[in-house]
Amino acid sequence: MDATTPAAGTSAPPPGLDTMNVTVKIKRYDPEKDARAYWAEYRLDVRPTDRVLDVLNQIKWEMDGSLSYRRSCAHGVCGSDAMLINGVNRLACKLLVRDLGSSIAVEPIRGLEVVKDLIVDMEPFFDSYKSVLPYFVNDDPEPARERLQSPEDREIFDESTKCILCAACTTSCPVFWTNGNYVGPAAIVNAHRFIFDSRDQATDERLAALNQPSGLWRCRTAYNCTEACPRDIPITKQIEEVKRALLWRQA
Amino acid sequence: MPRAHKYDVIVVGAGGAGLMAARYAAQNKDVKVAVISKLYPTRSHTGAAQGGVGAALGNVSEDHPEWHAFDTVKGGDYLTDQDVAETFAHEVVDAVYELEHMGLPFSRTPEGRIAQRKFGGHTREFGKSAVERACYAADRTGHMILQTLYQQSIKDQVTFFNEFHVLDLVLEDGSARGVVAYELATGEIHVFHAKATIIATGGNGRMFKVTSNAHALTGDLMSIVYRRGLPIEDPEFYQFHPTGLYKIGVLLTEGARGEGGILRNKDGERFMERYAPSIKDLAPRDMVSRAMYLEIQEGRGVGPDGDYIHLDLTHIDAEIIEERLPDITEFARIYLGVDPIKEPVPVQPTAHYAMGGIPTTIDTQVVADGEGTVVPGLYAAGEVACASLHGANRLGTNSLGDLIVFGRRAGIEAAKYAARVDYEPMPAGVDERAREELERIRAASGSERAAHIRKELQDTMMDNASVFRTEATLAKQVEILADLRERYKQVSVEDDGQVFNTELMEVVELGFLLDNAEQLVYAARNRTESRGAHSREDHQDRDDDRWLEHTMVYRNDDGSVRVGAKPVTLGKYEPKPRVY
Repeated sequence: MDATTPAAGTSAPPPGLDTMNVTVKIKRYDPEKDARAYWAEYRLDVRPTDRVLDVLNQIKWEMDGSLSYRRSCAHGVCGSDAMLINGVNRLACKLLVRDLGSSIAVEPIRGLEVVKDLIVDMEPFFDSYKSVLPYFVNDDPEPARERLQSPEDREIFDESTKCILCAACTTSCPVFWTNGNYVGPAAIVNAHRFIFDSRDQATDERLAALNQPSGLWRCRTAYNCTEACPRDIPITKQIEEVKRALLWRQA
Repeated sequence: MPRAHKYDVIVVGAGGAGLMAARYAAQNKDVKVAVISKLYPTRSHTGAAQGGVGAALGNVSEDHPEWHAFDTVKGGDYLTDQDVAETFAHEVVDAVYELEHMGLPFSRTPEGRIAQRKFGGHTREFGKSAVERACYAADRTGHMILQTLYQQSIKDQVTFFNEFHVLDLVLEDGSARGVVAYELATGEIHVFHAKATIIATGGNGRMFKVTSNAHALTGDLMSIVYRRGLPIEDPEFYQFHPTGLYKIGVLLTEGARGEGGILRNKDGERFMERYAPSIKDLAPRDMVSRAMYLEIQEGRGVGPDGDYIHLDLTHIDAEIIEERLPDITEFARIYLGVDPIKEPVPVQPTAHYAMGGIPTTIDTQVVADGEGTVVPGLYAAGEVACASLHGANRLGTNSLGDLIVFGRRAGIEAAKYAARVDYEPMPAGVDERAREELERIRAASGSERAAHIRKELQDTMMDNASVFRTEATLAKQVEILADLRERYKQVSVEDDGQVFNTELMEVVELGFLLDNAEQLVYAARNRTESRGAHSREDHQDRDDDRWLEHTMVYRNDDGSVRVGAKPVTLGKYEPKPRVY
């Protein structure tokens, strides 16, 4: 076969004007083989409009089948593929090659134990999330139809309903890196979603859960979370709103 | 030895239908319930649904469940079982209120009620004009349903087995006894013994090249039950959503047209006026996708290759776009570099939804044949199932309605059954088949790569079995599938590890996809008429005398395929020509 002709059925793009050669460094670790993580390097032709996830797929499907990562929806709504890409937490499916250039470095998100390659143990993250009572509570008898809520009251917590639990925020937080027990920005966003919902009745319990040694007050307003959020949630602002709500209650 | 677990009710899949089923099963205090999912629940594809859930609340203008039922039957090109559509249209109203009571943050009307908007094929007074029936939460309604149900499952302390990949169904002497699953984190095999098993694993869109479906949607359980000799109903009816982002297939909600968006060809013409004069761009999806293909075929496509259509939102107030369609606006900006507020968005039909699936009764019990013989202990709900609510073409928003109505029914029915029967014995060695399959793949030394076979499958299904089909293209695809199936045996894997061997699972999933494609192609070749999403260029008319029946596809013991039938449940809506 001509070296420039892709194999039949290959998922790589044909080389040409609309492709570019990239060098991808990936921090890899296989607990069954490696004593420690190492950088592996791959060179390949991709389209500038490819997502980083497409690039990872191309490496896995054409070059090294053992490369492991989570992915599902591939357009930024399922939250599976948060990674540290060129030093910043991003969803691999929501970042295009043309926005990175020809040199791409991918590592697992930080602060959670690496299980294999880009896959981390998400359980501590979900445990923190669950600790803030991230569910609607209203013990009044249910009305025959919907509970009423004005568009203005609905708007107050609109941004926090966008969270997809990808962990990009929490794993970009320097407080979380040094204290893995810190509840983290994602959990606080999900508390915010209910604290500011006019229909909910469990604000006291939720604020109490956050008013713990590893809770809300660990936040040092570094803004990393806000910058990392792939859903553009103003996380730091929301954390401040929850802090204020707690102070008001205490006052 | 496999790890063994025992639960009264096992739910496979943790999307909208699975979580709803688990919630309702667990409300029966006599039964113990667990949910198994190959993903974390919040990664399920219900979360990608955008536009809304249709229910005749009448919050914006007058509406009635009878109108919704009629639209569903007509939208399904009269292949919908009418008892199912009527029950659905009534129950979905309560189910939507129930989601609101669970805290779902719907967008609101000025009066504080659940906001509703127009959607394709949903009309007032049996087809007179479009009606606001889609209850929505901006353009992330599915995300809110998935989040709300997952949140409530935490409150209810539901037991989850996350990242467990189901590889087999235990079916002995005609009754279901549980499932065999592979734990991704460890590579261990687990056997789940159950009195009742609920299948809620979603769709199979990854058999097509351009799709709105997640990588995970590989039709696993549709393949597994088929391998166990159970039929698949109506797989030839596969929906292509009109507005996928050009080339990558990411969904742009029909709600965009509900808010006033218009499809235009290269001349800027609103071509849907010619195809559906009364409701134009809000015609059902099968009709719009065909119209787009025809415009492109006749040289009126947009772009250098004339192979896409424009979705024009530029005349809509920018504030409305940002408020009601924020996510799809962002998708267009990120993936195509196009700002929908300023310029039209390049779109093309994208493989979206399986109307067919595992056949069930109205109570979600899986049936084994065209006579409706029930498989004891086996239930199915959501996209994986075929009740049949959607008939030959699903209306937009009826998928989310389907999840909550039939997910709930599955949970209630399965728990009721589990509470009154004893465990059937679990035979030894039920995990052998799954083990042998994995060992075979691990040991294979052939030169084929799964990715190449999958790409050929996706390319050829798009060419030969998508929006338009003929005997010639389908016959060709039968041959291609046979060849791909042979080559599949030569696929080898590089990863020999036990921990998160995602390469091994991709090969298993490709095997499932090949079965799903086989079901679709054989059924499509058998049905020599055009109805709903099944459009035969060599048989362009609907033929009620011959084909007003469901398809049932079986795999025989020798591997050959048998196509049978099941009667359609008719009702008060007489089949009529479908014009809008």
